[in-house]
Order: sequence, then C-alpha cells, then structure tokens
Amino acid sequence: MKNTFIARNPSVLWFLLALAVFTVVVTILSEATGFGLISTSFLKTLGKTLCLCLVAIAMDVVWGYCGILSLGHFAFFGIGGYAIGMWLMYARTEGLVQVSLQSSALPPTPQEITDAIGSQIFGVVGSSDFPVIWAFSHSLTLQLLAVILVPGLLALIFGWLAFRSRVTGVYLSILTQAMTLALSLYFFQNDTGLRGNNGLSGLQNIPGLEDRSQAVVSLWFFWGSAIALALGYVLFAYVVSGKFGSVVRAIRDNEARVRFLGYHVEQYKLFIFTLTAMVAGIAGALYYPQAGIINPAEIAPIASIYLAVWVAIGGRGRLYGAVIGAALVSLLSSWFTGGSAPDINLGFYVIKWTDWWLVLLGLSFVLVTLYFPKGIGGIFDALGRKRVEGDAS
Amino acid sequence: MLRLLFACFVLCLAAPVAHAQSLQAILQGHADAVESPSRKTVDAVIASLADAPVDGIPTFLEDWRDKSIWMRTSDGVFFSVVEDGDGLILTDLDSGEETTVADDDGFSQAKPNAGVRRVISGALVQFLLSDPDISRRIAALDSIGRDPSADQLDPLRASIAGEPDADVLARKQQLERQLTAQFGTDTDARIAAINHLSGDLSVEVRGVISQILTTRQFVAASIPDGTNVAQILVIDEDLTADEAYQLLVSEDLAPATVSTADIVSTLTAQIADGQVAGVAVATLDTDAARYAAYETLVANGDAAPFVSPEERAAALDAHTFYTAYVEPNSAITDAAEDAQAAISLQLGVGQTFDLTLDALSLASIYFLAAIGLAITFGVMGVINMAHGEFIMMGAYTGYVVQQIVPDYTVSILIALPLAFMVTFAAGVAMERLVIRHLYHRPLETLLATFGIAIVLQQLAKNIFGTQARPLTSPDWLAGAWVLNDVVQISYIRIAIFVLALLFLGLILFILKRTRLGLEVRAVTQNPGMAASMGINPDRINMLTFGLGSGIAGIAGVAIGLYAKVTSEMGADYIVQSFMTVVVGGVGNVWGTLAGASLIGFTQKGIEWFNPSNTLAAQTYMILFVILFIQFRPKGIVALKGRAAGD
Amino acid sequence: MNNTLLEVSGVSVTFDGFRAINNLSIQIAEPELRAVIGPNGAGKTTFMDIVTGKTRPDEGRVIFGEKSVSLLGMSESQIAQAGIGRKFQKPTVFEAQTVRENIAMALRNVRGPFDVLFGRKADNREDRIREVSDEIGLTDALDQQSGALSHGQKQWLEIGMLLAQDPRLLLVDEPAAGMTPAEREHTTDLLVRAAKTRAVVVVEHDMEFVRRLNCKVTVLHEGSVLAEGSLDHVTNNKDVIDVYLGR
Repeated sequence: MKNTFIARNPSVLWFLLALAVFTVVVTILSEATGFGLISTSFLKTLGKTLCLCLVAIAMDVVWGYCGILSLGHFAFFGIGGYAIGMWLMYARTEGLVQVSLQSSALPPTPQEITDAIGSQIFGVVGSSDFPVIWAFSHSLTLQLLAVILVPGLLALIFGWLAFRSRVTGVYLSILTQAMTLALSLYFFQNDTGLRGNNGLSGLQNIPGLEDRSQAVVSLWFFWGSAIALALGYVLFAYVVSGKFGSVVRAIRDNEARVRFLGYHVEQYKLFIFTLTAMVAGIAGALYYPQAGIINPAEIAPIASIYLAVWVAIGGRGRLYGAVIGAALVSLLSSWFTGGSAPDINLGFYVIKWTDWWLVLLGLSFVLVTLYFPKGIGGIFDALGRKRVEGDAS
Repeated sequence: MLRLLFACFVLCLAAPVAHAQSLQAILQGHADAVESPSRKTVDAVIASLADAPVDGIPTFLEDWRDKSIWMRTSDGVFFSVVEDGDGLILTDLDSGEETTVADDDGFSQAKPNAGVRRVISGALVQFLLSDPDISRRIAALDSIGRDPSADQLDPLRASIAGEPDADVLARKQQLERQLTAQFGTDTDARIAAINHLSGDLSVEVRGVISQILTTRQFVAASIPDGTNVAQILVIDEDLTADEAYQLLVSEDLAPATVSTADIVSTLTAQIADGQVAGVAVATLDTDAARYAAYETLVANGDAAPFVSPEERAAALDAHTFYTAYVEPNSAITDAAEDAQAAISLQLGVGQTFDLTLDALSLASIYFLAAIGLAITFGVMGVINMAHGEFIMMGAYTGYVVQQIVPDYTVSILIALPLAFMVTFAAGVAMERLVIRHLYHRPLETLLATFGIAIVLQQLAKNIFGTQARPLTSPDWLAGAWVLNDVVQISYIRIAIFVLALLFLGLILFILKRTRLGLEVRAVTQNPGMAASMGINPDRINMLTFGLGSGIAGIAGVAIGLYAKVTSEMGADYIVQSFMTVVVGGVGNVWGTLAGASLIGFTQKGIEWFNPSNTLAAQTYMILFVILFIQFRPKGIVALKGRAAGD
Repeated sequence: MNNTLLEVSGVSVTFDGFRAINNLSIQIAEPELRAVIGPNGAGKTTFMDIVTGKTRPDEGRVIFGEKSVSLLGMSESQIAQAGIGRKFQKPTVFEAQTVRENIAMALRNVRGPFDVLFGRKADNREDRIREVSDEIGLTDALDQQSGALSHGQKQWLEIGMLLAQDPRLLLVDEPAAGMTPAEREHTTDLLVRAAKTRAVVVVEHDMEFVRRLNCKVTVLHEGSVLAEGSLDHVTNNKDVIDVYLGR
C-alpha cells in the first residue's frame, strides 16, 4: 500500500530526502553539535521557517486543492501557539513561584501557589484570577490536545455553518476574514483572559529543560519542526492523491457537478477545512516556543493573507510549491526587514530595505498573480514534464 | 435684615454715582470696624461698600475674609498682605502697587471670626451676583452651581429682583430652586422646589436630587424611631452574608472572623524551633493542616477562636440591615424619589435618542466607506482589497491640501473634488493595469489587489511617516449641536450623515438615470449582449471602477475629518466595508444602506449593553454578521431567481 | 410501460414573478427513452433542475422509485445517490484530471469522505472503468487529461460518467449540440443502448436527432405539457405547430 502510494508520488520521496539532507546539514553546522557556523538565533529562524512551511502546505491543500481561499488559517496557527503557550507560561511561572515561596515562613499551600501564579501571569491586565479558559493550563497533555482540538473544533463549527449555507468563492473568503478579525479582537481584549495585547511571553524557556542551553533546545525544536513537516507532507500528499484527491480537486473546479455525481461536497470541504486547521494548530504550537512570544497581532487578518501570498508565489496545487513559497518569502522577509540587506544609494535618495521591502513584495506579488499564476512551483512542473516526455520517447 | 440691606444696595447701584472715591478712603471711614471686625460692626462696613463706585471690592472682601488685610499702625492704612517668612508683601488696595517690608512689626492683622467671615462671604456672593459686568455674574452663578452651599441661598434670592438680563435671571431662578431644594428650611418650599426640578435633565439638577437622596448603610438590633429608612436590606439579595457580617464586625456588634491571612500570621508568629503548636512547620502545606494547627493554638488559648457558621447566622439574624436617608424628613425624600423617577425616565428617553444618533452616524461612516465598494464589488463583482487604501489616499489628499491652503473651509472644498480625482485616476490605472486581466479569476483579483494595498500602505508610510496626521475641520464644523445635557451630536457627524445621504442620492441617480448607469447595468447583466449593442465594456468597467474608487477618496476626506489620518486607516475599514456590502446584499445600493444601518445599529446596541468594551462589541458584531449570513446568504436585499446568477 | 419510475405532478415554480414551470406533470417509466422538446424558455432545463434538486418548486410533488420517495426534501447529492444522473448542456468534465480519474470518480461506490479516504478497495473498479471506456470509445485516452479531448469526446466522457454512476434515471441536456454527424450517430447509439435497461430523458432542440432516437416525445410550452406522444403525433398537433411556427 505504502509502496504504491510512494510509487505514484515520487515527489514525496524527493521532498523527504531533501528535508533529511537539510536537517542533517543544519545539525552539523549548528552550535550545539557541530561547527557552530549556524548561530542559535538563525537556527531558530530556520526552525520557525519549517513551521511556516507546514502551515503553508495546509493552506495549499485547502486553497490550491480544494479551492477554499481561507483567510483564517493563520489564526488557527496562532491558536495552536496560544494553546501551548498557556502551558509553557503556567509551568514556567509555577517553577519561579515555587522558588520565591520557599522563603516564606510556612510552606505554601496549593491555593497559595495558584494565587501567586495567577497574579504573576495576569498582573499586566490588572487581574490575578485564573480565567476559565486556563482551566487545563497545568496539564501538558490537555494543552497539547487543545493545540489540535481547539482549531479543529473552531474550523468544524465555522465550516459547518459556512458550507451548509453554500457560501463559496470570494464571499467565503470575506467570511473567513471576518472570523479572523473577530478572533483577533477577542484575543486583544484584556478581560478574555489571554493577557490582551501583551500576549504570552517567555515561551522559549521550556519548563523541565532549564539546565539545557538554548542552543540544544533550539536544535531539538528544529528537529521536531522538520519531523512535523515531513509527516504533514506525507499526510497531505496521501490525502490529495488517489480518488479522495480527485474528488477534492473536482470540487475546486466545479462544485455543483460533483454534487450531481452524488458526493456530499460539504462533508469533503469540512473534512479538508478542519484537518488543515488542526495541522495549522500543530505548526503554530511548534513555532511559538521558538519565537518566544505570541500576541494577538499575529492572528490579525493580514497574517492569513500573507499566508495566501506565500502559497501563491510558491505555486498553488503543488505541496512543494507551498514549501518553496513560504520558505523563500519568509526568509527574504526577515533578511530585508532585519536590516541586514544592503541599502541602495541612488545619489539623490537612499533606498532603505526596511522601508521598501513591502513595496517590493507587494509589487512582485501583483506580477506573480498576473503573469505567473502557477508560481515558482510551475517552473518545476515544466521541468518535470520535460523529463517525463524525455523518458517516454 | 440683610435682605433689606441688599435691596438698598441694588437700588444704589442703579443710581448715578456722584463722584469717585477710593476704596482706602471708604475703609478709613470705618477703620476700627475693618481692623477688628465683629458681628455688630461688619454690616455697616459692607453697607458703606455697597454704594461705593470703586473697583476691587470683591477682592477686598475675599482678602478680608481670608485674614489677608493688615493695617499699618503708624498711619492706619490698610493693605492686602501676603506673608513672606518674617516679612510681608504689601499690596496697595487701590493702585495694586506692591511693597515689601522685612518684618511685621508695626502692622496688625484683621482677624474676623467665623460668624463675621460668613457674613463677608454672603456679601461677596452678593457683590458678584449683582456685578454690573454680566460675565462676572455668570461666573459667580457657575461657581455656585459647581459648589452649592446653604449660605449662598439668601444672597442669591436677594439678587434675583434686580437682575436685568432674562437668561441670567432664568439661571438665577433655577439655581435658587436647586439651593432651596437642597438647603431650604421650609419643608413645603423645598417640596415645591423639588417638584419644579423634576424632569430637568441637567447634571446639576441630577446632582442636587441625588444629594438629597444620599443614604448611609446601618445595622442595628432594631431600627431607631424617626429614622427615614430608604430600604431594608435583605441578605443574599442586597448584600452578601460576608459583607453583612463585616458590617457587624466594624460596628463592634460581632466578633471578627479568622481569615486565612490571620491564620498564617498567627502561625508564623508562634513558630519556635521549626515547630508550631507541636507540628513540624514543613507539614503545614495544606489549608487543612494549617486549620488543625490553628485549632490546637486556640485550644491552648494562644489564638482567637473561629466564629462558627451557627454563631455567624445567629448574629446576622439578630440584626436588621438597612439604609437610611441623611435627610430626616420623609416627605422631602419622597418628593425627591418621585423627581428622580421622572428624571430617569426622561434620561432613558434621552439616552435612547442619543444612542440612535450615535448609531446613525456610525452607520453613515460605514455607508460612506462601503458605498464605493458596493459599486466595484457589488456591481462589477471585483474584490478590491485596496479599497481601504483608496480611502486613505483621499484622506492624505485632504491633508496635503491643508498644508498648501491654510483656510480650512476653502481647503475642504478643494480637497473633496481633488480626492475624487486622485483616487479616480488611481482606480482607473489599477483597473487597466491589473484587474482587467483577472475578470474571470475573482480570488486572484483579491490577492493582486491585496498586493497593491500593501504597496500603497507602505508608500504612504514612507512619504508621510507612521504618526497620525491631522485633518482639521473648519470652525463651523467644530462644535456640537446640544439639545440638552444628555443628547448632543457634533456637527462633523451631522455633516457625514448629510454627505452619506448625498452620496446615496448621487449613486442612485447615476445608476438609474444616466446613460452611464444604463450601460453599467447592461454590462453587468450581459456583457456579450451589451457589447453587440455598441457598448464598450472595457470603457464601462474602467469608468465604473474609477467611480467606485473616486467615492472612496471622498469618503476618505470625510473619515479623515472625523478620525485621524494614518497609513493604516484603510485597513481598519476594509473588513467592515466588505461585511456591510455582503450583509446588505451584493449589487444593490439600497442593500448597502441597509447593511450599514444594520451593522451600525447592532454595534452601538451591543456597546450599550457593555459600554466599557468596544472591542467586545466589534467581536460580537462580527459573530452576529457570520450568523446572519447563515440565514440570509444573499444579504438583506437579495436578488432572486435567475438574476442572482447561480 | 406502467412501471412508473419518476412521477412529477402539479409542479409550479416562480422566479421573481415569472412562472417558469406551471402545473407540470410528467411520468417516466423504467426502462424508457423519452425526448423532451420545446422552444426557449419552455422550462426544459428548469424541469431538470427540479428533479435533480437544484431548484425547489413552490408546489407539487416529485416522486421516485417503487418506494415512492419524494425527492423534494433531498439534497443534490442524495438524489444522485438515489439513482438519478444528469448531463449538463455544456460539457462539464473535470478538465484538469485524466479520463480514468473522471470515470473513477463517477463509479457507483461509497461516497462519504472517510470511506473514500481509507477504503480504497480495488473491487472490480478497473474492470468497470474499462467497461465504461469501451462503451464510449475512450479506452485509448484513459490516461489523457480530459481537457485535451475534443468537444464530442468530452460529451461522451460525460455520458460515460453517467453510465458509471449506474443510475436508474438519466437526464441528458442537449447531448448533440456542436457535434459532427458521425459523432451524433455514436451518441444516438449510446443513448438508445442505455435506455434498454434504464429510464433516459433527453432534452433536445434538434428534431432530426429526436427523430433518430425514435421514442415518445413530450412537448413543453410555457412551463407545462403541450402535447405528448410519438414524434409524428406531436408534429401534427395543431397547438405544437402554432407554438413552433405560428408566432
């Protein structure tokens, strides 16, 4: 079974191979185990990029294959980050509080510990009580479940509402954007218990791993991200191949016709929407411990549109296209906006990339949409076709 | 007696003044009375000041009252004095000239006692209230309104008769009623005044009424006779059992409970050799263990005992909790309660009206922001994510014009058409260069126009910087139309409302009554047929898109006047605008109006339930829209049947 | 012929005040080949929309099968699963996919997403795909992108997809439009053969094509049945002549 699947999708094998080589090379060059050519902060950037690639392939499946231009998948990504961030913050603060309470005359009661953690975490929003949504934050297992279940459930409910009333095309995009805006506004509020626009911070400190250096922890997270990307890639390659993939692509091209073939289009869309939302949640849960901080601005509608931009530049309807787009644009973005790109002096005006990168990105995006609708992945397609034709002759 | 005196004073004011005198001269006539004033002599001094045509009397009275008048014993001259260490700074009462002396030898301070000071204060109020300068009289009335007190009542009453200005007279009468209601001595007069105030919405009146209705919380075994009880408090309804018990404790009617913190501090205080009450400290890491240890202490007589729940309940049962009015006369508080009920009814009506106006102006803003989109998205089916940036361009156009043309009225009149032209041109350019190629790929239009939106936003940031730029409205738009203390609406919001109505009319006119509108409808309904009838669809699409964009530009100027101009202002409106169009029903101007109204009113309505949190209101509003789309996927004003194009 | 499969009775539907279908009643037996003709706007396509669940009628009944199931409460996909297949006027095959994938998708089989995702049973699938592709003459093109097919081949592929669905009732909208004479003949054969075992309803403008089908004809006009019978019978009907020629 596996064999036939891989045999039918040789690109999956190539991708896994490339990812494995990349992971090994980065590991060898990293500070923790090798030559130290890759700094820990760049290692984190690479790990984060892998997570962005994972959410990008999820976006590609829902948009490139199923035709739903969701402007909400980065919100699911952020929710995953918040879910794991709640545990990280709770567990780390618990450790700190335990230490500080050691000095008091009486050993602390569980209630005192909880109160101290509460005022430590929620002091910034003028509160000290634990909101209801933090009920499971003490348990890593439950928060890990939340990473998958919360985005999944949200996608399931929203998708069920939207698909059953047959909202499609740009209307659906606008509706998903509205959902994303509502979510980000919800997270922005101080009294919803997620620390308002302060967000969650200090996430890079993993409880239980305090004695390990950031170099080592970052490498572990890099590996974790690579494995997640590999598994996600195989999962989605499996989903979009075969008859299921055939139905999904048919829905993208002519939804009504698929309905007349007897398929429950809504169920398929709901399945894809929910599954990709869950994977986005996982990607976010791996991303934010490497980023160290998450705040509601990360969830704003514009982030989800950028996600669509990556996929479009990389090439829709091919999983590796999404990977290329996300990796390329996000790495270029951090290069240009990080101030390391050389400014161009025109004599009368100096082009500072920190100011002009977004202009360049926007323009290139318009050009790609107009003239290269298949994106960068389209080039690979053309090459691949040539090779197949060469084999055939 | 005073009243008679002031009546004379007012008459004297009106009479022509024979000759000018100095304040010092008048005071010298009563030198002893000024220097050591008493209740017997003060009236004479004030009476002599009353008919004196000299300046500075109020200042003198203030200084006198505040013990800042000193007499130079050598020649008996009075000065206004500020003590400066050992020395004095002397101010001449007439010329205002300042001199400094090193010590206060040779000067004696006038020290009026409390009774005299009250008389002086009354006279001071009287002087101000009868000042020939109307603005001083109004200032005096305002100061009474801000800080009313019982002793202002008589001077105020005395000044009413001679008031020449009708408005000031009305204000005086109103204040007189307020003061009577609050401080009057005659019950019937007070009730009459309160009844007269009922239905007045001003903040002052509401303050007076609630002042009369001030209550305090009490607890007693039985309510003492003669108490003007406001309410008997029921435990668990009006106050919690804990609060009630706290009240008992604070009145020394019951023993204090032992709190968790008390336990901790008692235990901590008694730690010896790592043990307390015979238990190792290290084991005290649960509440139960701490309780047990504490009870041991209690048994040993080392700590205050717990109050058992039974004792608590018994203590609560034995007492009555109630609130009582500070005002002892129940007839007056009853009248005030009635007045308050009447006022809060009116207040409710006023607030509802105010909310309606607020919602209307919010709806107008949404409508303005969305109407351009209703044309490009609704009529042409083009998703323009850069629509918000066109709004921003319009606003910045207004800002730039104001930098060049300093007159705000003129600059707004120039900015409106100019903004239209700028964004019309931008819209046409965008349609020609980008959108034209994507008519059959709506999702990609969305993304391409988003790319343009990023570019425009960043360009605005590069040119104008990230800080907000002001777009100042002309003076005639600056104020607010005040109906009463509750209902008021700023002129700028009225202008936006009017502008929204104008646009509605204009768009309807263009679409229904002009050749362009006819051709637009023809092209949207059947482009092939329209083309075969000689209509150039390219031209129509271009013009329609330009029109939609140009309107966004004008909306930008209007929104810029009302909010700040920033590079991100467009992004703030884009999602709401799309929702307005979708909720209203795509392809229909009336739909956009309906959508804007629905969203504006819903948002204000939700804000009304939870006024402190506009973010929450927006969140729930969006959820409402998402649910609304479930039940009317095609919007409020839906096209049916084949025209819907499904 | 009294083995009624589909019964449409008293159905009316209004779009914005325009009565597209007016008290329409039609019965189709199993097996039967039936042609439905009529001028533009007679309600032919709307009739199909109602049977396949795309349009909900304002009143009337639509009953299907021995168990007399009402189709009115069912969704498009449920109706398709109950055994009604539809071919659209414009050929709508999935052009980005191969002929094999198109047919495989249409095969009568499980339809739920989880069944499709995990239950990839081969069964007699390849046999059935062959069978269908032989029937429509596209066996050689099985691995081609269907977007690369000629117009006629797309029409056949779509009919093939209908056959793969193995429906009891086939609704075919203008199958011969834009075809060469040779292609038409092939199409006629396909339909006649299909109608041996199932009910087939063909909507067509082209009288020549209808004559070749050699079947019972229903004439629709302004949303209701104007005449019914053999082609000769209806073409001699005075009302029909008025409608087609008399305006």
